[in-house]
Amino acid sequence: MTTLPDRVERRMGLVIDLDICVGCHACAVSCKEWNTQGYGAPLSDQHPYGADPSGTWLNRIHSFEIEPEDAPAQIVHFPKSCLHCEDAPCVTVCPTGASYKRVEDGIVLVNEDHCMGCGLCAWACPYGARELDRAEGVMKKCTLCVDRIYNDNIPEEDRLPACVRSCPAGARHFGDLSDPGSAVSDMVRARGGMDLMAEQGTKPVNKYLPPRIRDRHATAPQTVQLARLAEPEATGFLGWLDRALERLG
Amino acid sequence: MHPAPSIIVFTVLSGLGLGMVFWAGLGLGPDHGAARWWIAVLALGFAAGGGAASAGHLARPDRAWRAFSQWRSSWLSREACLMVAALGTFGMYAAGWTLGGVRFWPVGWIAAGLALATVYATAMIYAQLRTVPRWSLTPTPQTFLAFAGAGGLMGVEAASALGGADVSAGRVLLALALTAGVAVWWQTEAAGAGRRSTGSDIGTATGLGRLGRVRLFEPPHTGSNYLLDEMAYRVGRRRAYQLRLIGAVAGFLVPLALTLLAPLLGGWLMVPALVSHVAGVMALRWLFFAEAEHVQAFYYGMR
Repeated sequence: MTTLPDRVERRMGLVIDLDICVGCHACAVSCKEWNTQGYGAPLSDQHPYGADPSGTWLNRIHSFEIEPEDAPAQIVHFPKSCLHCEDAPCVTVCPTGASYKRVEDGIVLVNEDHCMGCGLCAWACPYGARELDRAEGVMKKCTLCVDRIYNDNIPEEDRLPACVRSCPAGARHFGDLSDPGSAVSDMVRARGGMDLMAEQGTKPVNKYLPPRIRDRHATAPQTVQLARLAEPEATGFLGWLDRALERLG
Repeated sequence: MHPAPSIIVFTVLSGLGLGMVFWAGLGLGPDHGAARWWIAVLALGFAAGGGAASAGHLARPDRAWRAFSQWRSSWLSREACLMVAALGTFGMYAAGWTLGGVRFWPVGWIAAGLALATVYATAMIYAQLRTVPRWSLTPTPQTFLAFAGAGGLMGVEAASALGGADVSAGRVLLALALTAGVAVWWQTEAAGAGRRSTGSDIGTATGLGRLGRVRLFEPPHTGSNYLLDEMAYRVGRRRAYQLRLIGAVAGFLVPLALTLLAPLLGGWLMVPALVSHVAGVMALRWLFFAEAEHVQAFYYGMR
């Protein structure tokens, strides 16, 4: 049944450090590469070399600009994939029983043999984490790489979600967020790990670590004042007068 | 949201057919003559045709039968189960009514109750989505029920007229007036139910809002994708005014005028009145989808 489990044994999930992510899209590419050949149907592309290409991805990297009141603007690269919510609205709306949340690790999955492609789960998700594959006609989403993390046939260091394994900057971390002693839980505590759109009541398992507040040095470039740049530079006698008057305060 | 034609046809026609089931089950319509056949066939035809149209929205319609399994949690599944139960019960009731000239009252009442519950379940598919405030913060179930009631009543009267029976204009006028009132109520609530009305914005979506003003610097992809096509639909919004006008005129004013004239000029006017009403409701249902905003679009910089 597509009711949510009363309790899960573990809450496996990702912690994504927005202070570190450099926006290289390596995690998105390795996610597409791994998941097009493993679990379920391939991740199809439509007109990949045409004028209007589109395709199914389970992980996408947005870039945002933050403009603080009193400091220069800052770019934040923002990877987004399924947050494996505790109160996952995508699961309960599913009419066929294809969507489910696992008791043993809290991972939200789609049974692609049961999905009829109605798209209601994608409508119920606030995050845009589910995409209907237009070739296969079934809903695709992040599986937290269930076919890697428990896979005894690959080296132990590879038993991580493909996005975590491939991140060259170390911005992505995988672990059990229900265990207060886990490394990911430590990070969330130390850095104020946050929920996305908490007001939607989904209780996401994945956490995002906000960018650290940047140091503000006196010599750092301040907000540029165009009016000052437009003032003509005085030379000769006027220049001397200008500097003399400046010294008077 | 993307206004898929299959879903518009599904919600409008199944609402109309189930509304007819509701009124016929309660006892409306003559007890002899061809009108009974018209009512039974049109009610079952609209409801079943609408239900079948919903399969057009599925990417894998061959698996639609699985939608009968999750009634404990899913409104879409409940809607499917209730639809079959309502039409099955009404089919039994209609058989006795048309073939034997006997109304099995308890069966009719059960069919009416199931029809009502089916329309409610259809509305809840949309009204349950917190991600779309225009559906969840507005009286969406009330609107769907009112539209089904008024359309069903007009359907029963039009079918009666086709069968040569007398038409009762008064209750149609009352139903249209009440439904127009509910439509205005919904529209009033919907006017303030944009994507941000549940307290979400690009700041809460990214969690970055407390650091400063946030805007999208670069989207994750240059082309479109399923998410943008389905949940950031914006085509045709500039024609919203004209479509709402069609909804008001074709959906309510023309049927009201034709229903007023029906006692004078003949009951057959209920047929064009019904056609006009359905066309108007289709225009309003198109807007129900096309104007609804999804919170997910914050990640694509939409406000």
